[in-house]
Amino acid sequence: MSEKLESLRQLLAAKLGDKIQHSVIANGELTVVVPAAEYMAIAYLLRDDPDLRFEQLVDLTGLDYSTFSGQDFSTRFAVAVHLLSVSRNLRLRVRALAPDDSFPMLDSLCEVWPSANWFEREAFDLFGIVFRGHPDLRRILTDYGFVGYPFRKDFPISGYVEMRYDQEQGRVVYQSVTIEPRENTPRIVRDDNYGNSGRG
Amino acid sequence: MGIQAVAEIRNYTINFGPQHPSAHGVLRLVLELDGEVVERADPHIGLLHRGTEKLAETRTWVQSVPYMDRLDYVSMMCNEHAYCMAIEKLIGIEVPIRAQYIRVLYDEITRILNHLLAVGTHALDIGAMTMVLYTFREREDLMDAYEAVSGARMHAAYYRPGGVYRDLPDRMPQYEVSKWKSAKTVEQLNENRQGSLLDFLDDFTKRFPRYVDEYETLLTDNRIWKQRTVGIGVVSPEKALALGFSGVMLRGSGIEWDVRKKQPYEVYDQLDFDIPVGVEGDCYDRYLCRIEEMRQSNRIVKQCIEWLRKNPGPVISSDHKVAPPPRERMKGNMEELIHHFKLFTEGMHVPAGEVYAPVEHPKGEFGVYAVSDGANKPYRLKLRSPGFVHLSAMDEMSRGHMIADVVAIIGTMDIVFGDVDR
Repeated sequence: MSEKLESLRQLLAAKLGDKIQHSVIANGELTVVVPAAEYMAIAYLLRDDPDLRFEQLVDLTGLDYSTFSGQDFSTRFAVAVHLLSVSRNLRLRVRALAPDDSFPMLDSLCEVWPSANWFEREAFDLFGIVFRGHPDLRRILTDYGFVGYPFRKDFPISGYVEMRYDQEQGRVVYQSVTIEPRENTPRIVRDDNYGNSGRG
Repeated sequence: MGIQAVAEIRNYTINFGPQHPSAHGVLRLVLELDGEVVERADPHIGLLHRGTEKLAETRTWVQSVPYMDRLDYVSMMCNEHAYCMAIEKLIGIEVPIRAQYIRVLYDEITRILNHLLAVGTHALDIGAMTMVLYTFREREDLMDAYEAVSGARMHAAYYRPGGVYRDLPDRMPQYEVSKWKSAKTVEQLNENRQGSLLDFLDDFTKRFPRYVDEYETLLTDNRIWKQRTVGIGVVSPEKALALGFSGVMLRGSGIEWDVRKKQPYEVYDQLDFDIPVGVEGDCYDRYLCRIEEMRQSNRIVKQCIEWLRKNPGPVISSDHKVAPPPRERMKGNMEELIHHFKLFTEGMHVPAGEVYAPVEHPKGEFGVYAVSDGANKPYRLKLRSPGFVHLSAMDEMSRGHMIADVVAIIGTMDIVFGDVDR
């Protein structure tokens, strides 16, 4: 498997040259990072090139790197795309960093792979990443009239509004949340050797 | 004739759901109709969105295992499987071989459970009431197998990073005499529960092929069933790939793709089974695939039982940074006590990195994309659910069909809302 991935990596390097910002094989998976400007063109190439033939977009997801510890990403938002070549039995992860933190925008892949449609709506809904050229960029998972982007790291887990039935008005009303967010287990990052010293 | 009748032609827009028995949960489908023909279908989802991915960011890695059960709540253990595999890949630990067999055994039990529900309710939706009564009879036995091993009939939380929670029980729980069950009934019910769980399942695998034949007598040559499914929701192989289909939806269109065969995980490469593939890509072919998959799963279950009988061994990793030590050892050994305490308070630490772990879920490819920054909690968890992708093709598949066929198409997609909305 790793030889197959290594040859795919070299093939991509040969086809795309310096359009690949970074490529790495880790945990038996190949990840390539591509610039936002080339994102769409590379997608077409990955699908149509007879040596690559990634016919299927398996998954597309937004990422918010704002509180990521240990590694500094140049921008806050990114999109990770998982591709599958059924004919060549290969998987590939493509990541594109969205340039502008205040208005993250990337090209839409709907034209290349129709299955990107809902995934991009989801990334827009949850992260506020805008996809240029998307035919129908509406919210998908959150409530009608929802405000904010819930999966961003600065959005509290409890949200801002809650719903309840109001006896007097005889309808469901929205109000600001009455619960306090609490953290039972703190988030801890340990250094690599933690717990290994003196382990007998 | 001086008077001309001017017909007012107008498209209707109707709401299908969110409270509709055939919508398989909380699907609101806005249908634009021209007479009885669907012009456009716009599914509104998210009514069951619980933000599992965000919740998981605030829990330790192990605490999120039970959330996975609640995604696709008819194939619980397969969801857990993908999640545990993602963690195992990130940490790089080996799962004991016996645990791998147990996982495969339960994955296939889950597949049968899921297909029984899928076929049963699909038939129910389009008018064959009897099916669901038959399939739920067998689901009961399999749920008992779930219960025997995990204590829960549905939300098992049985798979853990590093293996499974405990070994298979030597004894099946028995029915007891009560106000509602006489001694004679109880004796009948307990007849195949005298031995271990494996004996019980072995008995089931012997009975099951005949049950599948029964389902086939009810549906396969049934004229009404064929009229409702043949030629409905046809998807060409190219289109199925472009739309991101996986599982039965892809195989029904004639593409031979199964993660179990092509990118084997656990011990699937050592088991003997076949992958059924459809020809036409319509609802009927997908139904036939599901039926055949149940037979194949039954074969896999048989092979697993045989192996598991012969090969005892550990079922969870002995790396106590990941899996807790056994309780007896924890009580008598300081170091194990510390491991136990650290695991259940702070939780395990997963090395920084990202991983995508796919499994062949009964509905298609279920994948977990986990990003870790080295903390005791995931940095980001993306759950790639098959139902979400399939439902996104609703418009494509139902356009030009009659409104009654929409129900057949929802049924064939095998939609479960826990899975779609996450």
